Amino acid sequence: MNRQNRGEMPDPIIKVRNLRKVYQTGRVSVEALRGVNLDVPLGEFLSIVGPSGSGKSTLFHIVGGMTPPSSGEVWVGGRDLSVVGDSGRTELRRTTVGFVFQKFNLLPNLTARDNIRTALHISGRPTDVFDQEFLDILDLLGIAGRLDHKPSEMSGGEQQRVAIARALATHPAILLADEPTGNLDSANSLAVLTLLRDLNERLGQTILMITHNDEAAQYGHRIVHMRDGVIVETSRPAGR
Amino acid sequence: MIFRLVFENVRHRPVRTLLSILLIAVPVTLILALIGLSNGFLEDSRKRSAGVGADIIFKAPGGSLMTFSTGALPQKITDVLLTEPHVVQATGTLVQPIGGFDSINGIDIDAFGKMSGGFTYVEGHGFRTPDDVLIDTWYAQQRKVHAGSKINLLNRDWNVAGIVEPGKLAHLFAPLAAMQDILGSTGKVSQVFLKLDDPKNAEAVVASLKAKYDGYGIWSITEMQSLISVDSIPLLKNFINVILGIGVIIGFAVVSLSMYMAVLQRTREIGILKSMGATKGFIMSLILAEAFVLGLGGTIAGILFSFAAKWAMHAVAPASLPQAIVYSWWPIAGGVAMGAALLGAVYPGMMAVRQDPIEALAHE
Repeated sequence: MNRQNRGEMPDPIIKVRNLRKVYQTGRVSVEALRGVNLDVPLGEFLSIVGPSGSGKSTLFHIVGGMTPPSSGEVWVGGRDLSVVGDSGRTELRRTTVGFVFQKFNLLPNLTARDNIRTALHISGRPTDVFDQEFLDILDLLGIAGRLDHKPSEMSGGEQQRVAIARALATHPAILLADEPTGNLDSANSLAVLTLLRDLNERLGQTILMITHNDEAAQYGHRIVHMRDGVIVETSRPAGR
Repeated sequence: MIFRLVFENVRHRPVRTLLSILLIAVPVTLILALIGLSNGFLEDSRKRSAGVGADIIFKAPGGSLMTFSTGALPQKITDVLLTEPHVVQATGTLVQPIGGFDSINGIDIDAFGKMSGGFTYVEGHGFRTPDDVLIDTWYAQQRKVHAGSKINLLNRDWNVAGIVEPGKLAHLFAPLAAMQDILGSTGKVSQVFLKLDDPKNAEAVVASLKAKYDGYGIWSITEMQSLISVDSIPLLKNFINVILGIGVIIGFAVVSLSMYMAVLQRTREIGILKSMGATKGFIMSLILAEAFVLGLGGTIAGILFSFAAKWAMHAVAPASLPQAIVYSWWPIAGGVAMGAALLGAVYPGMMAVRQDPIEALAHE
């Protein structure tokens, strides 16, 4: 049972204050984020929705330690990303966050097992034996029998489940999902979203998912709506 | 895990891998073939010098071991040297290079045969006319001739009187008088070989001769054999160094280009690794490990190709191009290839390390 289910007020594992991000392209400055404030408690499944150019991907990349903020504070897992350098962000990606992408982004030359082992190796964990918690995750994802196949031998749904497994192999505090159903048909989309919700509810996995899809967003506990680099609305999905 | 990643990467693009290995193998083969040729040539020279049966070699003033001054000594000196203590036989030869590493040697066949133990004839017989030449089996194979064939040397047609076993002084022999006549060196020889009553006296006789013939080139055969090395052939060492340099440049360029392409092709994969928290060191070690594998593959292929080169040279020119397999140079040639490969991977590795993970992941 996770903390939220026990009715405690969880600490925010992601805390964003007045976050701004400016991209410089030649002489042109583009302000992708214009003062974003956000708290994500531990164990929350948060959906971020918004049209293209709303800044949701930029927010996702900053929280995931892929790019630094221009100004403001970004605390992730107790680390202030506005002050850490490249190596600090690399460490965050290695220890605190796991990514799931729209295009799966599995290493094409490696089997599913070796994709997972690569993530374990990078995080400095043993690669030969999977721990029991991770074996439970593999069972939940239903890919235990597909681990010795390469991505090219798998369906899109299977690849995305392997990507989720790889992202969770290092037991990150936060799972960051970028349009995880964007490349899937409706049946596989439903399966992946159900899996994400199961991972959140059964294991207390904090999930931050960005999506264009309003239906997909309904799987979160809370939906943050972004437009033009700011959060314009926060809502609760119907029925949760 | 790094090995696994590298192995799968090189396996996944077999054509690129194979081409890289083949190109890295080129300088390794070049180096090993050149060193093999140098050593083979020198080893062949040592064996043929020993085959003369002499204890001392005597050359004109200024003469070096590996060069010849045609007709630089009066032939009469042979008789004078015979009067020296412990000298029991003396025979002069006239040497004339005929291109490449080959030369034709004018000999007094009776005196030379007495000193060397005589030729072993595979075909034919000894000199019967001034136009006769003897050639050893290697040269016969190279020129595809037999006893009774005609062969053109020094702008003159010679009759191949006999084919002899190799290993005595040279690959080609002509009558001394005929050679002196052709070369306009009547009464002259290039060098004189001396046989002593006991080889143990060689050093003492050499010392005695040096005292008497100041400035002449006088060596015991034992000393001469020890002095026949890469250093004794003018500019050979420089040439080898140039080839080594070319090897480094080729290896560097090939691996640099190959790894540059690999990094471009794997931009997205590098982004994936970075998204998982791969450090700069990890990414760089992947690139260097792949370069190491390519360098190792190129080294092994180059060594195998050096055997093929030896076989090819032996088939084409066994007398002129005697190539040896010089094991001691394998690690050196390998080191050149590996060093160049690793050096060539540094820049592409830096490119990979510097890639922005977001841009890399967006790469199609």
